[in-house]
Amino acid sequence: MVSSTANVAQDENSEEFLNEIARNTDNRLPPPLRGRVGERGKPQALPLPPSPSLALPRKGGGNSAAAQDRPTTSQDDPSVVVTKQNNALQIYALDDAAADLGLEVGLPLANARAICPHLRVFDADQAADAKLLNDIADWCDRFTPLVALDAPHGLFLDITGCAHLFGGEAALMHLLCAALTAQGFAVSGAIAGTAVCARTLRSHAHGRIVRQGAEADAVSPLPVFALGADEAITRGLRRAGLKTIGDVAARERHEITARFGAGFTNLLEQALGQGDAPISPRKPLPDYIVEKRFAEPVATDEVIAATLSRLAQMLVVAMDRQGKGARRLEASFFRTDGAVRTIVVDAGLPVTKSAVIDRLFRERLDALRDPLDPGFGFDLIRLSASRTEIVVQQQHDLDAHVHDNDELAALIDRIAARIGGRRVVVHLPQDSHIPERAAIAAPAQHHLATAVQAIWPVRAESEPPLRPLRLFEKPEPIKVPFAMVPDGPPHHFTWRRANHVVVRVEGPERVAMEWWKPNGERLTRDYFRVEDEAGLRFWIYRDGLYGRELADETGEPIPANWFMHGLFA
Amino acid sequence: MISARTNTLANLRGRIERLEAHGDTHALDRMALGHAAADATLQGGLATGALHEVFAEGRQSGAATGFIAGLAGRVTARRPLVWVRQDFSDIESGALSMSGVAELGLDPRRLVTVRAPDADNALRTAADALACDAVGAVVLEVWGEARQLDLVASRKLTLTAQASGVTCLVLRVAAEPQPSTAETRWIVRAAHSPPGAAWTAWGAPMFDAQLVRNRHGALGQWIMEWKCDECLFSEPAAYPQPVAATPAHRPYQAAAFMADGFEYRERRAG
Repeated sequence: MVSSTANVAQDENSEEFLNEIARNTDNRLPPPLRGRVGERGKPQALPLPPSPSLALPRKGGGNSAAAQDRPTTSQDDPSVVVTKQNNALQIYALDDAAADLGLEVGLPLANARAICPHLRVFDADQAADAKLLNDIADWCDRFTPLVALDAPHGLFLDITGCAHLFGGEAALMHLLCAALTAQGFAVSGAIAGTAVCARTLRSHAHGRIVRQGAEADAVSPLPVFALGADEAITRGLRRAGLKTIGDVAARERHEITARFGAGFTNLLEQALGQGDAPISPRKPLPDYIVEKRFAEPVATDEVIAATLSRLAQMLVVAMDRQGKGARRLEASFFRTDGAVRTIVVDAGLPVTKSAVIDRLFRERLDALRDPLDPGFGFDLIRLSASRTEIVVQQQHDLDAHVHDNDELAALIDRIAARIGGRRVVVHLPQDSHIPERAAIAAPAQHHLATAVQAIWPVRAESEPPLRPLRLFEKPEPIKVPFAMVPDGPPHHFTWRRANHVVVRVEGPERVAMEWWKPNGERLTRDYFRVEDEAGLRFWIYRDGLYGRELADETGEPIPANWFMHGLFA
Repeated sequence: MISARTNTLANLRGRIERLEAHGDTHALDRMALGHAAADATLQGGLATGALHEVFAEGRQSGAATGFIAGLAGRVTARRPLVWVRQDFSDIESGALSMSGVAELGLDPRRLVTVRAPDADNALRTAADALACDAVGAVVLEVWGEARQLDLVASRKLTLTAQASGVTCLVLRVAAEPQPSTAETRWIVRAAHSPPGAAWTAWGAPMFDAQLVRNRHGALGQWIMEWKCDECLFSEPAAYPQPVAATPAHRPYQAAAFMADGFEYRERRAG
């Protein structure tokens, strides 16, 4: 787990952040903001985010005297990031130069300015921080699929069973910390058997790897605030004279629980390795993962496509052994500069053929509005099946209906991969008498089978259509100067600036709204099927009963509005 | 020398014939519409595995949709129907209502709707769907002028439709006909319900369908009624009035004349 105390100043474009880092030259290296990385036992915690401002230059050891002489701030001055808390600006993060002056996180900005008048101040942008942490977590996916956020500045990586792929725990941590440091982040990390233990260690014992069972010894000498408990608890412990975690651990648990609550006891036990709680990974663990690492980054479309095909074949072989097919596939492209792009395709039926996977991704990649940008190249391409299903082998009917449905499902998948699953819909009947709610459109990938079985209301034989073929989602207001009889149909009306004279009418068909629902529309609708002199057939309604449902402030009835709701064939 | 030239000429002629055979004398399966006169003109019905275009004015979009839904209902034969439309047409002329589709006698269970963000995507999706022979028909609905739907695009659609045997129906509302490789092209307007007393049933879909292009036959113009129960087109029902001596088309003529001053001279009696 890693944590850092950095934020990104507002003027930094966090989107560009990672790219920016890659391009940083020496004079733009960020200052080592104080950051730490925790890690977790088999789990491990790692990297941390950068600090406010990659644009801050590295500052030599706090030469504050020189700085104070200058009337205006300059690039070399100590920098802090502030946020508003309790209506006062407080320091949220600071660089080494500022720390050397004795400033600390939580200090009001006014006090800090009193200490150092030429402080450079940036506003905290916590949304950008969170995004950055997420980007780093994406990058960490290359080490293990189980990455959890420890907001605001830390990450937990569960490296159980992954470390040997990178040459062992120490090598993995070194690799990870070195890569992040090279990008300009201040990183500290630790590996321990429980997440809390790793987090506790990482701030004070960067690089520590604790063997199973040795957690208590490792954390005992650390100060109590390293536990990361509430400030009130930490203060209470110190007042009680319990300065190190070892001091606290030496007390009886029931005493601690009585004074500080069961939550703190759990935290303590986890730090000591006597209990454990699972981390919450950001993404569910994919069922199958195949990946290809490149010694040299690849950037050409042909290589990327060929790699995807090969990965698809490997994935299909792995799934086939267990009789599975993929419903959701994710391709992740890890760029050398740390950016990760993940592309997801869904399938309506479990996919068991690599050619199909290949084609779905080709459609998707072709249609990306924001095309895949290899930048300096990808050094890792991963294909994972995040949702799989057991494949039921079906014998095809003689009339090939099953076969047809498969082909239709494959077609729907391809279209959905290109323009999005929500744009390909089937229709399901709903139990509602309100015309616009009589059917809903559901994504075809997931509801094709339901839709084929759906039971629709039967139409009345030998009647003309009673419902329009085209229905306006939002009924359009029409102008009705007067009706034939007060609560009857209009004699003529104006819709979309054209006048229509009514020659035939049928109605009203009265549709009461769902008055029993608290926020249901209340006005009853009287629908009329009308035909105008040109033969066009419309479905119009009066919103509200004549003279009964609408009244002005004085209680006088006011005329109801008319709407165009649909067009008949 | 001369024989060599004759040979070359014969070869070239043969090649041209083969090329043309692919497009023109392709044996087309036909599905009868149910309207006797129209079927006769179309030599048996609407060709399947081909491209057909329906044009209509903006305000006639309801009628045009009904007509093309009828055509699709005829040719799909219990297979799925893929209806590709642009987001924009929902706003202009309303979304396709499943109750309305069911009222026309079609099966909403077999309908897959694709809402494409723009004409390019709609075209590509339609081409994709056409290539899938599990589909009965593909309706491509494009509102307004679309430069993407040019001769090249329609040629591609035609070839894909021929290869797979899936019928492609293009609905163009508020657009002007342009050169294309369509097998037929229709201009559709709503027709009046047959006159009758106020309490008689009216409102069955009636179309004034004008066939303005037919690659393999004559043109024509007919009043068609869509029979929701039997799921086919037909001549308009006989009028309920006892005035048997009145020519069947006359009330139409009178009504249509009032409406837009257009006379149906070529229309055959129903």
